[in-house]
Amino acid sequence: MAKVLLEMKQITKTFPGVKALDNVNLKVEEGEIHALVGENGAGKSTLMNVLSGVYPYGTYDGDIVYDGEVCRFNKIKDSEEKGIVIIHQELALIPYMTIGENMFLGNERGKKFAINWNDTHGQAEKYLNIVGLKESSRTLIKDIGTGKQQLVEIAKALAKNAKLLILDEPTASLNETDSKALLDLLLQFKKEGMTSIIISHKLNEISYVADKITVIRDGSTIETLDKAKDDISEDRIIKGMVGRDLTDRFPKRPSKNIGDISLEVKDWTVYHPLYTERKVVDNVSINVRKGEVVGISGLMGAGRTELAMSIFGKSYGHNISGQLMINGKEVHLKNVRDAIKHKIAYVTEDRKGNGLVLSNSIKINTTMANLEGVSKHSVINSEKEYAVAVEYKEKLRTKTPSVEQNVGNLSGGNQQKVLLAKWMFADPEVLILDEPTRGIDVGAKYEIYCIINDLVATGKSVIVISSELPEVLGMCDRIYVMNEGKIVGEVSAEEASQEKIMSYILKANN
Amino acid sequence: MDNEKLMSFVKKYTMIIVLVLVTAFFGWKTGGKLFLPQNVTNLIAQNAYVFVLATGMLLCILTGGNIDLSVGSVVCFVGAVGATLMQKNWNILAAVLMMLVIGLAIGVWQAFWIAYVRVPPFITTLSGMLIFRGLSNVVLNGMTVSVQNETFIKVFGGGANCYISDLFNGKDFNLTCMVAGIIACVIYVAIQIGNRTSRLKKGYEVGSFFGMLARIVVISAVILVFSYKLAQYKGIPTALVWVLIVVLVYGYITSKTTVGRYFYAVGGNEKATRLSGINTNKVYFLAYANMGFLAGLAGILTIARMTSAQPTYGQNYEMDAIGACFIGGASAYGGIGTVPGVIIGAVLMGVINLGMSIMGVDSNFQKVVKGAVLLAAVIFDVVTKKANKNN
Repeated sequence: MAKVLLEMKQITKTFPGVKALDNVNLKVEEGEIHALVGENGAGKSTLMNVLSGVYPYGTYDGDIVYDGEVCRFNKIKDSEEKGIVIIHQELALIPYMTIGENMFLGNERGKKFAINWNDTHGQAEKYLNIVGLKESSRTLIKDIGTGKQQLVEIAKALAKNAKLLILDEPTASLNETDSKALLDLLLQFKKEGMTSIIISHKLNEISYVADKITVIRDGSTIETLDKAKDDISEDRIIKGMVGRDLTDRFPKRPSKNIGDISLEVKDWTVYHPLYTERKVVDNVSINVRKGEVVGISGLMGAGRTELAMSIFGKSYGHNISGQLMINGKEVHLKNVRDAIKHKIAYVTEDRKGNGLVLSNSIKINTTMANLEGVSKHSVINSEKEYAVAVEYKEKLRTKTPSVEQNVGNLSGGNQQKVLLAKWMFADPEVLILDEPTRGIDVGAKYEIYCIINDLVATGKSVIVISSELPEVLGMCDRIYVMNEGKIVGEVSAEEASQEKIMSYILKANN
Repeated sequence: MDNEKLMSFVKKYTMIIVLVLVTAFFGWKTGGKLFLPQNVTNLIAQNAYVFVLATGMLLCILTGGNIDLSVGSVVCFVGAVGATLMQKNWNILAAVLMMLVIGLAIGVWQAFWIAYVRVPPFITTLSGMLIFRGLSNVVLNGMTVSVQNETFIKVFGGGANCYISDLFNGKDFNLTCMVAGIIACVIYVAIQIGNRTSRLKKGYEVGSFFGMLARIVVISAVILVFSYKLAQYKGIPTALVWVLIVVLVYGYITSKTTVGRYFYAVGGNEKATRLSGINTNKVYFLAYANMGFLAGLAGILTIARMTSAQPTYGQNYEMDAIGACFIGGASAYGGIGTVPGVIIGAVLMGVINLGMSIMGVDSNFQKVVKGAVLLAAVIFDVVTKKANKNN
């Protein structure tokens, strides 16, 4: 048996209100490729952040034993000194610097006040050779494609004398040829004795490269499969990833009363606002009826948020084409204001970044999307505004001493309620809820679900975008499955199961 | 009162407490000269431009900590054009309108680039600062043009006798001024009580009765003492009327109207604001166009006070305005700040200026003190923000 290079024992990490990791154990042997799989939010990235020192020693419980000694990393530099190098999903390269400059950023060749550029570029090209990238190290990062950028990241990691390479979704933004090349590179490194941990959603890739697979679910390790001994077929891995039962975490809707189609998009195509030739949403057709909850399931980056925002008054994307129909009539929404006028609301996934003004009070946030509703000739009626804020606070049971409280002081669940209140006060007929329960505790989730049920009971249409499969299954009447910008499946609540949805997503990847 | 309550009281009213302490300090150091009626009058007359500019600057800062560096030069340019027109015997009303229009036009010009082309405000207004300083010199030929029209000077509060005349013919005491002060107090008290009863009737929450009473007493006392001091000298300076108009109008806009609300929203979270259906470009446009307009008004007040226009007028006015905003509690990140806060900031700057002048502190050293006060105010803002985040 090979030597154990890394052992993470009983790692527990809590964020305010959420237990992200709960007694996680991970054992990685020298010279193997170890895959970490799990749903979005299962805790894979958190675990790697603990390992690399992003979350310093002391903010988590448990031990990290690396190369035979217990490690206490306070910052990323500490773990890098030991040869643990993490390559994040979002590339961390600076577009207007050369490949060489990027590779040695923070690790410059030469002296502190005299960078040796010959060494920099000479060594950079040595590592570029190893990863098989035929570019001059003086090329700017912005001039090479994402596939090559990923190789630069790996070369950068090698330049730090990596012994344990951690790759977080390394092929997420690569095409097939580039992905294959990257995976082959990993296999070649393995022959030379390098140890790697790879996080990926693409199970076919995992079956191709991994020696061992550890499944994480809801912040706990479920099992570790060994290629030599166990069955590591995709179905087997999926079972491990989703195997949990739905108890009554979702409120029942007493009666369903589903009416006509209220919103429909046909052949909806959206291009990326910066990389204008990249399709983010590809020929999507979906609809939602009055009194219906429709789910859009899929992995992060599937294009769900982009789809929703492009529908919501073109607030995302470039060169949007397709038909948008409200109550059977085609409409053209030029901007967000238009969308609100046509009674569409989009409740963002990023409540702090795109949803709320944290420095303002609950009252001010509640009326923000519909100030006309509390004002006359542009003069705000502060008493009416106050009354509205109190009404919604009570309706949604927001926990706060006063509606004059700044939203920044509330917990995530209560912030989410304020965000919902804001859009409910805009009086929409169609609500698009993007990850409505992200980062909030179980109790608050239940209350949000009740609010959704109340909304559809009054004949509104609700579209729920969620990465949590149980949530989609528990709440929705109909589910669309989206992957890489396309709708890859549509299932009714009756025939839907976690395995079915997961296999739609993962099969589409192959 | 327990400790926590005391802390939150101090936090809420920090700048007022600082103002009281600083005023007391200079009152003591100048042997009470600071409180002489003439000095109290000067505090307003000398600093009228700060109040006007700082109010406009507040809107720019609210949009996200953005500032307008060009205001000093715009003040000078508008004044230069106005003085030249009046020298050419233009009708006073026409000249005044022309000055306001020029101010607004400059504002619109800069606002266009900032709001719709998204040229950073710092750069746009830095260029404006150079352009209009240069043009002022061109208009004035590098010389001083004097303003002689008595009506103009009197209406906009220059010279020695620019006070609202006493209707009651009091000899050493201007009764009109005192009466105006009393009326202002009555209106203030009526509004406060009216608001409270209306809220109580509808069952909304209200602050403690004692708190309201304390506020009414303090503010009424300030207004009355202030009018008494003015009355002892020559009455209400006409410049004060303009300051009051600006402060009241903009105080209302920022606190009571939808447009006012948008300034806070954009500064607090621009993306969220756009996704709420608000045209954020327009908000930037309004902030900077309005700044130009108020710089025009400040230009009028400046040449009236100086009774002339010179190519050097308005230098560092932008810094006074920016300073008053930050000292008055506006956030350097935008989204936070009020007109009353800015008034306090401006008064604080004024007291420091006046106090040091009376004490005969070297003018270079005065700059050092003002700079230190500004830095302290912003440090305070940043540190309390951090403390809030850690909670």
